[in-house]
Amino acid sequence: MWRRIIALTKKEFLALLKDKRSRFVVIVPPLVQLLIFSYAATFDLNRIPYAVYNEDAGFASRQLLARFVGSANFELAGGVDREGQIPSLIDSKKVMMVLHLGPHFTRDLLLGRSAPLQLIVDGRNSNTAAVLVGYVRSIVTDFNESWAETHGLPISPARLEMRSWFNPNLESRWFIVPGIVGLLTLVVTLIVTSLSVAREREGGTFDQLLVTPLRPLEILLGKVLPGFIIGTGEGSFIILMAVLWFHVPLRGSLPALYAGLFLFLLSAIGVGLMISSIAVTQQQGLLGAFLFLVPAVVLSGFATPIANMPAFIQHLTLLDPLRYFLLVIRGVFLQGDSFGLLWPQYWPMALIGLVNLAAAGWLFRHRLY
Amino acid sequence: MKDGPPIQLMRLKGLMRKEAVQILRDPSSLGIAFILPLVLLLIFGYGVSLDAEHVPLAVVAEQPTPQTAAFAAGFARSRYFAPRAYSEIEPAEKALRHGEVEGIVWLRGDFSRKLLAGEVPDIGVFVNGVDANTGRIIEGYLQGMWNNWQGQLAASRGRPYHFPVELEQRVWFNPGLRSRDFLVPGLIAVIMTLLGALLTALVVAREWERGTMEALLVTPVRVPEILLGKLVPYFLLGMGGLLFSVAMAVWLFAVPLRGSLWLLLAASALFLLTALGMGLLISTVARNQFVAGQVAIIVTFLPAFILSGFIFDINSMPVPIQLLTHIIPARYYVAILQTVFLAGNIWPVVLPNGLALLVMGAFFLTMVRRRTSKRL
Repeated sequence: MWRRIIALTKKEFLALLKDKRSRFVVIVPPLVQLLIFSYAATFDLNRIPYAVYNEDAGFASRQLLARFVGSANFELAGGVDREGQIPSLIDSKKVMMVLHLGPHFTRDLLLGRSAPLQLIVDGRNSNTAAVLVGYVRSIVTDFNESWAETHGLPISPARLEMRSWFNPNLESRWFIVPGIVGLLTLVVTLIVTSLSVAREREGGTFDQLLVTPLRPLEILLGKVLPGFIIGTGEGSFIILMAVLWFHVPLRGSLPALYAGLFLFLLSAIGVGLMISSIAVTQQQGLLGAFLFLVPAVVLSGFATPIANMPAFIQHLTLLDPLRYFLLVIRGVFLQGDSFGLLWPQYWPMALIGLVNLAAAGWLFRHRLY
Repeated sequence: MKDGPPIQLMRLKGLMRKEAVQILRDPSSLGIAFILPLVLLLIFGYGVSLDAEHVPLAVVAEQPTPQTAAFAAGFARSRYFAPRAYSEIEPAEKALRHGEVEGIVWLRGDFSRKLLAGEVPDIGVFVNGVDANTGRIIEGYLQGMWNNWQGQLAASRGRPYHFPVELEQRVWFNPGLRSRDFLVPGLIAVIMTLLGALLTALVVAREWERGTMEALLVTPVRVPEILLGKLVPYFLLGMGGLLFSVAMAVWLFAVPLRGSLWLLLAASALFLLTALGMGLLISTVARNQFVAGQVAIIVTFLPAFILSGFIFDINSMPVPIQLLTHIIPARYYVAILQTVFLAGNIWPVVLPNGLALLVMGAFFLTMVRRRTSKRL
């Protein structure tokens, strides 16, 4: 039995790798994408272009504005002399925010009154706007504290010590790079499997395969193994890059991580083969792969948290294998999770994989046209 | 070769009819044009949100007193938090580790005593930082709650407290910071990228693979006619999908459309031509459905999702990556869509981006024309 499976696996690899373009497509783009996406996918803001409309001539406004100039998050991109200039600056995206200080800013501060700092923000990207307001608020809070201290104002009645666990500097990259391991592994596995049966059906070679002594289980294993080998190889490489190149801390145990990778590949291959065996043409196979891939990425919690979704969509995410794998990989990388904590993620992936593989195997024989 | 105009209407009509029949026979093309946008917009529109609400939060009061109750009451009133009361820190830390709560606010046993004695007690705040963006949003919410509490405490002591500098924020275009308003227009760009590339990625490769391309080449049909015959039916199908998506954005998701619909349609037509051109180019170069399909998956969805500015801010990417985003057509379309939907007809944004789309579309279509020859 194994001899036949190995022969079939070899044939699958040949079909996949003999064509130069096809070989290229499976190996090169995921690695290039790893590098590009890991640098691109960040919610941290740098060099936010801003403009200042300062009507105040006093020293306090200069002190406050110096804090913005000194921050790496902001980059001064222009001055404003009239209120009327603000809309065109923001509309054309030349700046993302404008700081407006009124003519009595320093005087109000010295008299012990509240001095308003007006912040005008481009809200077209609401997340960027919210993060930006947060940066400005923390600069203003720091300024207020030092002003209160040096001018003998009452200090605040309690002290807030904020700390974030697992990711002390709240670096987006620590969150995104492990996510990319899951994302690219899923893409590669789907590419390898989702067209593999459809291609044979369209070419008519699948019928030939069915009349050979190979049993459906053996055909299934022959189709599963290439996906496994390629998925494990690329997955491992990306994990290695995450640790060595991007310096994301790997705090948990490797066996726990690989158990997750194994089950995730099982589920991804299951879905890919299932799509492939339903499809009659390669176009349908491709469409099926997309119809699975796109929601699977969006609903996995890769970029936007599952907790923010409405309840019925949250239930839908339970069908998404990537959701579980992201929890495993982020848990092992950042939180140092071990096997015990990860069981709730392991078994759903195993279930999704087995159900789909069984269905795909059944469809091999029962869908003949 | 015979002389004559490069395009003859009759032959073109015949080719377009053949393509239309093929579209109607295989339901997957119609599926791409209408079911795909429907499913994706529904899932994305409802599923993608960056607005954290009802964040589970552990509030640890080691010695419950009226002061700790007053502090905790703010969380119960807020729609941002779903507080859970704990009386010790260990179980709260365990809950944070297991992901049951996203953060901890820790009022130690001496909180009330120090507060009443005029000393400064420490309040510990721990946030789960695995998801850095959400962690930062939660910290922002907590900071806001904390400012409110300070104000109330000072007022209750008869010494109203005010901050030296008071921040007044005005967020233009989206004052409520509804993330759906900026995500749905961006989603249309992602969906149109998929739609354009998927519709055409396989059509030329399929003809090569089945040998019908060779059959087509020996007929008097000219190359521009073959290409137009492919392009026009899928363009019409794609515009249908687009109208459908815009209607859903406006009527189902209540995203404001402040610019003009015509401008939106014009920009979309440009983008669709670019996306179809990209798909045709993939298909023409690959000549093999399998490879064409693989390439389409790789070069369309993920770049449109990550590098287009749809969700991640392009300005904050490292400079080499920013340069790279210029070759992603979706980048220009996202900028136009977000502006036309939320801000209006702002020409300084629409013109340069529209021009870029025009250049890219012309480039892809010219490349397709050049790579398709009547020889084998």
